[in-house]
Amino acid sequence: MILVWFIAILVVGGAACWVVARWSTAVCRWIALAVTAADFILSLALWIRNYPVNLLQQQDWLRQVNWTWFPDAGIHFHLAIDGLSLLLVVLTFFLGIVSVLASWTEIREGVGFFHLNLLWVLAGITGVFLAMDLFLFYFAWELMLIPMYFLIAIWGHERRVYAAVKFFLFTQLSGLLMLISILALYFIHHSATGVYSFEYSDLIGTSMPLHVAIWVMLGFFIAFAVKLPMVPVHTWLPDAHTEAPTAGSVILAGLLLKTGAYGLLRFVVPLFPAAAHWFSPVATILAVIGILYGAVLAFAQTDLKRLVAYTSVSHLGFVLLAIFVGNKLALEGALITIIAHGISTGALFVLVGALQERIHTREMDRMGGLWQTIPRLSGAAMFFAMASIGLPGLGDFVGEFLILLGTYKVSVGLTVAAAIGVLFSTLYGLKFIQRAFHGSNIHHWELHDLFAREVVIVAPMILILLWLGLFPQPVLNTFTVTMDKLQQTASQQYQAYEGGQQ
Amino acid sequence: MLELTGVIPAIPFFSFVLLAVFGPRMARRAVSVIGVGSIAASAIVSGIVTAAFISTPPAGWSYHEVIWQWMSVSGFQADIGFYLDALSVVMVLVITFVAFLIHLYSTEYMEGDEGYSRFFAYMNLFVASMVTLVLADNLLLLYLGWEGVGLCSYLLIGFWYTDPVNGRAARKAFIVTRVGDTSMVIGLFLIFHRLGTLNIQDLMNRATLQWPVGAAVAVAAAALLLGGAVGKSAQLPLQTWLPDAMAGPTPTSALIHAATMVTAGVYLIARTHVLFSLAPPVMLAVAVIGAATLLLAGCSALTQHDIKRVLAYSTISQIGYMFLALGVGAWSAAIFHFMTHAFFKALLFLAAGAVIQAQHEEHNIFKMGGLRRMIPITFWAFLIGGCALAGLPLITAGFYSKGMILWGSWSSPQGGPVLWIAGLVGVMLTSLYIFRVIFVAFFGEAQIAVEHPPRLAKNLPMVVLSALSISAGWLNLPPYLGNKLWLNDLLYTALPKVAEKQVGWITEDWSEGIITAAFVLGLVLAYELYLKHRGATRPLSDNALGRAIHELWYADWGFDFVYDKLLVTPVVWFAQVDKRDFIDKFYDGLAALSRACYRALSATESGRMRWYAASIVGGTVVFIFIVLVL
Repeated sequence: MILVWFIAILVVGGAACWVVARWSTAVCRWIALAVTAADFILSLALWIRNYPVNLLQQQDWLRQVNWTWFPDAGIHFHLAIDGLSLLLVVLTFFLGIVSVLASWTEIREGVGFFHLNLLWVLAGITGVFLAMDLFLFYFAWELMLIPMYFLIAIWGHERRVYAAVKFFLFTQLSGLLMLISILALYFIHHSATGVYSFEYSDLIGTSMPLHVAIWVMLGFFIAFAVKLPMVPVHTWLPDAHTEAPTAGSVILAGLLLKTGAYGLLRFVVPLFPAAAHWFSPVATILAVIGILYGAVLAFAQTDLKRLVAYTSVSHLGFVLLAIFVGNKLALEGALITIIAHGISTGALFVLVGALQERIHTREMDRMGGLWQTIPRLSGAAMFFAMASIGLPGLGDFVGEFLILLGTYKVSVGLTVAAAIGVLFSTLYGLKFIQRAFHGSNIHHWELHDLFAREVVIVAPMILILLWLGLFPQPVLNTFTVTMDKLQQTASQQYQAYEGGQQ
Repeated sequence: MLELTGVIPAIPFFSFVLLAVFGPRMARRAVSVIGVGSIAASAIVSGIVTAAFISTPPAGWSYHEVIWQWMSVSGFQADIGFYLDALSVVMVLVITFVAFLIHLYSTEYMEGDEGYSRFFAYMNLFVASMVTLVLADNLLLLYLGWEGVGLCSYLLIGFWYTDPVNGRAARKAFIVTRVGDTSMVIGLFLIFHRLGTLNIQDLMNRATLQWPVGAAVAVAAAALLLGGAVGKSAQLPLQTWLPDAMAGPTPTSALIHAATMVTAGVYLIARTHVLFSLAPPVMLAVAVIGAATLLLAGCSALTQHDIKRVLAYSTISQIGYMFLALGVGAWSAAIFHFMTHAFFKALLFLAAGAVIQAQHEEHNIFKMGGLRRMIPITFWAFLIGGCALAGLPLITAGFYSKGMILWGSWSSPQGGPVLWIAGLVGVMLTSLYIFRVIFVAFFGEAQIAVEHPPRLAKNLPMVVLSALSISAGWLNLPPYLGNKLWLNDLLYTALPKVAEKQVGWITEDWSEGIITAAFVLGLVLAYELYLKHRGATRPLSDNALGRAIHELWYADWGFDFVYDKLLVTPVVWFAQVDKRDFIDKFYDGLAALSRACYRALSATESGRMRWYAASIVGGTVVFIFIVLVL
């Protein structure tokens, strides 16, 4: 039941915010904060109570709810949680709190509707991470798009409508491909077994010829690759990230991109192991291109948010690489990267947002020498930039190191190219610091340093990155069991397929 | 007492956190107490640990302590763990002690600076990282320290960030060293993939068992690690960042860019000496890189007029000597030279810093003069440091360590006369360029009035380092002085002995004698050219060839120029051109296409009857045609 509560609290809380905001925006903000905090504490409690995560062999989930929804069509309201979903849900609620706090003074128009959308996006994302019925999954997938569209289109910056429409078209069109694939899988499963079911555990192991599997897989893959985003379907991201309000950018970078990674991990590889294996050379090469291309383009930008946005293209390239390399080292690394990137990039967006509130520009040419006037904000930005360029001792490094260590076993060439991508990250990281905070304060800014509220946001993020960087074991352990299961399923499928071939 | 090892990096780390968070609001006095006191405490603890290590050596002359398990994933394991042996004991003692002296000096050097607490925060973080690097029991933790010192180096080079020139130098240092680091991290992947561990002792044991001498994989692993070492230690071909790194405050140059961080590459090779021993081609490369670097940098040092840049090239050159020693397997000689170099080069930089502040931030030695009488302690300090650097026989430390390296470069099985001659020419160059500075800046006519003459906090470290620059050499006395190799005997518990082969007529005593001659030659040349007949070099710089050589040496043999054209420009160009992301043009095209189709189709809906009728007729005709013909 706790899983239903996760979502229900957000949905009801969002509605409450909307209603209350007619009388008091302050109360509305506090409700939003309380709602996300309540979910965060609940999820944390769930984690602590189930740590160390030990799933028995026959038990797939830590908690689940399975209600019949449309019995004739085989549709269930099935939410379930395991180590992977748990970590992502904890991250979701944490960044939820961050988003609410980051919008505290930024959003002044339509406060109620804003928080409605914010909390409902989070509800949709939570649904994506928990749904184990593909129909429900698709429902949640679409659910998170619409509020996100509004967040960008209403509260965004100068080119918000363009960015919102672009975002919507990319994700909607690729989502339709996934719908086709879900239906195809549904009917293939029916023709094989005579049972109509959207249930994840039923659909796993649906046997089909490789050429069919490839087409069906591609539907899923494209939807997730657009979200991730993979080069060359990444171009919605810089616009959406740049134009969105701070909370929108935090959620986009920290969570929405991760739904793509989650989809690949949860669905593409386990459902279509043979096809995924067949496809892995293409995916890994595109991933490495993304790592390099994203880093170089980040280096090229002069708009701070655009710069940070392109770094996401680069970092998520590592995740894509890891998923298609597919060994344990790489996958564990992918999970750490997913979380650490959520925190470090989220924090960078918060800081850039805080900066924009102060100087009303994101253009680096209008900055310079800010360290003189806002040393704490600058120091924090330096910290997260260093995390982002993979400084050992911070979370991102652990993820990228494990990914490359795993990749090395599969391909030396890809590892070397990706390692050069890490080198390129130095270029954009240092440019970011130099152009905004170092140099002389030629525009004579006199700004207020971090407010208490901003310190409350940023300080925990610093601690989390240090924790992930120096003692990632609890996170790794939580994921291990789930990963073993996913790998086991995939390899059984794959062996069954190979056996069938011979 | 060895359990205290973990405390040595912990103290400066916590004082860094303290200074980073509360520093801006603290009184200067409190910042000094925390910033310097933490390093003093760290140095005392490492003194205690060293004493304990030598007086009651642990079993096998090594002590291992795991603080906590860092990560453990399907066969890969790395700990936050420290490994203490003779090598790391010597390194840590030297690092913390020199760091303490330099921190003390900084309280006076930085006293008027508005970034006072920021400076000490960075410096403390540096010491914590450097000690972690040296004590790490596995390559991943070593890499953490390695990147940590790189970060601090970047932060401190760009410490005065308002000047974009400093920022540029800082970024250059970070990026160039990270090129080396990338090679190193790939080496880590290779080593783990082949040997299944990154624990340094384990991997060396496994490598000896699994890899024959000269195995391709051993060569690859050693070469990749060498890439990291070359970057960090500013050796060919990645030496270009160090001269620019002089943009940082002078205590930073003394600590990071002379005494400690830049020797991390030397430490890395000594630490993983088994891998290098298994890869003779890489050993040869190390020796050749060392010899070439010491000559090239020595020539460049001759032409600089910025006192700090002379010292920077000198550092590159001296680390070249250490590489030469490593390359011929004279491991302990390299560490010996690391130690004496840490003392005398830190001393030279501190003295140079005192000179610069006394001369209104003037760096150009040709605008100075007569400083000998005006700041005598600084003069003596610089003179002692310079003599130790050049290798004034018998008295100074540099003589003993350099003598040992040169002897090894010929007498070891991997050595030979060519390497020895390169080193010998280097001795002459060293003596020439350092006495050039001494004669030009400290002798002759006074040009700038002295202000801020050094006080106690500056003088005390210079005096102590002067004493060490002389006495440290006596830790290893050569055969003609009784052959008392105390330091070497200690290091032999961790590193293999230097092998010797018969080299015919020459003996160690002869080698030392010839080195002395080279030293004297350099000294006399410097005296003739820069003191007795000032302007005697004019004819050289007047002819075209002389000027061309001067410019080539002055510009560090054109490395920067080549890298700029070959690497920097293309990347920047591509980034500029593709700022708007040409992949997006494809989607813009799609959008334009669909808009065009929309316009075309909506144009057909014109409301004109004639047009509709014509369309229907035309469509019908085409349709019938298709049906009939196909």
